[in-house]
Amino acid sequence: MELQAVLMAAGGGSRMMDLTYNTPKPLLPVGNKPLIWYPLNLLERVGFEEVIVITTKEVQKMISTDPKVKLDVKMKLDLVCIQEDADMGTADALRHIQQKVKTDVLVVSCDLITDAALHEVVDLFRAHNATLSMLMSKAHEFTETVPGQKGKKKTGEQRDFVGVDGTGKRLLFMANEADLDEGVVIRKSIMRKHPRMHIKTGLVDAHLYCLKKSVVDFLADNKSISSIRGELVPYLVRKQFSKSTNSPKVIDETHQNLKKNDKIQISSRDEELLHLTQERSCWNDHRGDMSDAYHGGRLRCYVHIMDEGICYRVNTLAAYIEANRLAPKLFDEPAVHPSAVVSERCLIGADSIIGASCQISDKTSIKRSTIGVSTTVREKVKVTNSIIMHGVTIEEGCNIQGSVICSNAVIGRGADIKYCLVGSHSTAREHNSKIAPEKRLTECHRAEVNITYHYKSITYNNCHKVSK
Amino acid sequence: RGVPYQTVTLIHQSMVKRLPEHVQVDDPAVVKRLAKKLERQQIPLRSDYGYKVSLFSHLHQYSRKAPLTQLLSIPSTVIHPSIVRLGLQYSQGIVAGSNARSVALLHAFKQVIRDYTTPPNEELSRDLVNKLKPYISFLNQCRPLSASMGNAIKYIKKEISNIPSQCKEEEAKTKLLTCIDRYIEEKIVLAAKAISKYAIEKISDGDVILVYGYSSLVNNILCEAFEKSRKFRVIVVDSRPRLEGREALRRLVQRGISCTYVLISALSYILPEVSKVFLGAHALLANGYVMSRVGTSQIALVARTYNVPVLVCCETYKFCERVQTDSFVSNELDDPDDLMVTRKGKTQLENWQDVSSLGLLNLVYDVTPPDFVDLVITDLGMIPCTSVPVVLRVKNLDQ
Repeated sequence: MELQAVLMAAGGGSRMMDLTYNTPKPLLPVGNKPLIWYPLNLLERVGFEEVIVITTKEVQKMISTDPKVKLDVKMKLDLVCIQEDADMGTADALRHIQQKVKTDVLVVSCDLITDAALHEVVDLFRAHNATLSMLMSKAHEFTETVPGQKGKKKTGEQRDFVGVDGTGKRLLFMANEADLDEGVVIRKSIMRKHPRMHIKTGLVDAHLYCLKKSVVDFLADNKSISSIRGELVPYLVRKQFSKSTNSPKVIDETHQNLKKNDKIQISSRDEELLHLTQERSCWNDHRGDMSDAYHGGRLRCYVHIMDEGICYRVNTLAAYIEANRLAPKLFDEPAVHPSAVVSERCLIGADSIIGASCQISDKTSIKRSTIGVSTTVREKVKVTNSIIMHGVTIEEGCNIQGSVICSNAVIGRGADIKYCLVGSHSTAREHNSKIAPEKRLTECHRAEVNITYHYKSITYNNCHKVSK
Repeated sequence: RGVPYQTVTLIHQSMVKRLPEHVQVDDPAVVKRLAKKLERQQIPLRSDYGYKVSLFSHLHQYSRKAPLTQLLSIPSTVIHPSIVRLGLQYSQGIVAGSNARSVALLHAFKQVIRDYTTPPNEELSRDLVNKLKPYISFLNQCRPLSASMGNAIKYIKKEISNIPSQCKEEEAKTKLLTCIDRYIEEKIVLAAKAISKYAIEKISDGDVILVYGYSSLVNNILCEAFEKSRKFRVIVVDSRPRLEGREALRRLVQRGISCTYVLISALSYILPEVSKVFLGAHALLANGYVMSRVGTSQIALVARTYNVPVLVCCETYKFCERVQTDSFVSNELDDPDDLMVTRKGKTQLENWQDVSSLGLLNLVYDVTPPDFVDLVITDLGMIPCTSVPVVLRVKNLDQ
């Protein structure tokens, strides 16, 4: 077996608590499919037959019991549950399944939506015998207005500095702004070997990594590393140029110690053949100095940077909304589900998606929106640029614009909701009420909320009156 | 009437050899047959790229930007992972050079043999050979096989078929692995040592040696000669688009040999200084022609004009039974986009496909007639070019 796929679906969605309060992040609907469907679909399309899914007990229960959550994949899913409160990082999770890992791994995050050609990433991993190979994409500006956000999007995200060589494939430097005190510090040993480095900042890390098996074994011995993206990847990138890696190296030493005695003999004989091949081959990855290919280094990290195509990580509200806009392009299903009951006198735009078992009544207008499963939309409702999740009831005469209505919410008659986020199981009820812009309602368990004017404030659970 | 006529036809049938498929790309029947064979073996078909110059339209021309792996599943189940890696390394040029490719191939085959288990009711000697067939088709699609690789594959197949049926699987596998190791040791490593020994006799102090491109064997000879304290200097001749001479130059200079570097267009200016020419070979054909990197025949031609001796160094495992007198019949077409070069941010040939009358030709090999070669140094000794068929006949008798 060449590669094993590992899907990390235990994350909390800490940057979009309003959405993930009731629904765990892997099961958030995007284009009426659970978020976890997208990376699973990517793996299936590429040819994987089984995936190890690391997730929480809650998600596992919902997958097996909830009929609305249909994963629809033919691959064999091996679900591994971890405790929700264990606060495990992605590297910790990988350490947890170390026994199941028999060959090199492809780690994917559950919030990745992309149409990337995975073979580009894996080819770098194979051809150069790399230790790490990852996928990144040029970041696109989010154009949609996000409900609940005040004014311009604040640059809360720290920038990532990614240094690549002349070919744009070899990863030389990776650091996050948060880890750098005053400026970017680059070691002389890197500059001596790669005098031309391109440093890019506008890249989105797709959190898709090909890792050698020896890295997983290394993690088992180094329990201090808890996050792949935050700690392991920068460590590997740095280790490419450290002096100790160019003679008996840290990672392969643990690798060899784990092998049985008879196997060590075979591998060392094969190393000789590989060395013979490299000696006789006239290829070099750089020119201008006297060193051999790869500067004699045995640890190599590569990156494939996508120029065009879809690549989103749905970990913020803005990304979630953008993903809903673009998700229909990734699958061929018809926009209007065949089981939805859509009356003839309603206007449904070409870029809207209507989920299964919906009931859309007369004189409604739905433009650039996603309507979830089992949603009821009554007469004379206008829905524009919004995301309506499952089981929502929208009474007559409502006008919903640029908003996110979470599952099982009820929007009362005549409500006018602009750029708001209505939490799941909440009721926005008022005759002719207006919920003014940038309002967020997070409510749970059927509390009723009476709405009067609201301006730029956020309401939290169990309140009955929303005040100014 | 009865018997003589029949005997004649029988001999005729055994003499007529089928043309290999890779030189009949313009014949649609052959292409269809190849496609059917690949489909049966579950290997994807790699499609040709770009406009082919009409004289070479019977050969394949692939693009490096369209690797065969985009049509394969990840992880690869039909083809062994080490073979996929090898195919990628071939098509991207990471493993290049006749010896390197053969060693890499044998290394990959060792992995395949190690991971192989005989299915029930099958014999290892027959099943393993059948398993190797799709791998070889795959590698052929990535990059056409070289003569040395072909000979190595023939050897392995023979060894596998000769495994007795009562042999246990573990024993058979160990036997095969040692055979492969022995083959590499004898035919490549020890052969290189023997050739260096003969060649060093031919290098005298004060020599100016001309080499072309990168040949692992010639580099080996020069490094050994330098270690045996011969005083000489080297002129490295290089040519676009591969520019392999740069790597040869780097390795020689790293050892301390004084070198000069020129492009092939400066050949006639530099030849008056040269005392000997050492050339490597990709294969030695049965009629004495030397198949080597494109440009070698020019070097040999100009050297003959200046009466400079031309010595070709080649191991015996690269001797091939093919007969060829020109470079058109059987060759390899590399990616035409390699000929595009960007200077000061401008790529002149960027839109070459839009110009209907323009074709880019990137040949890889050419053949040098034996009249231009003075000596062939092999591990069996120093022989003239015309003795190649004798060596082949002796080799066949051995086997």
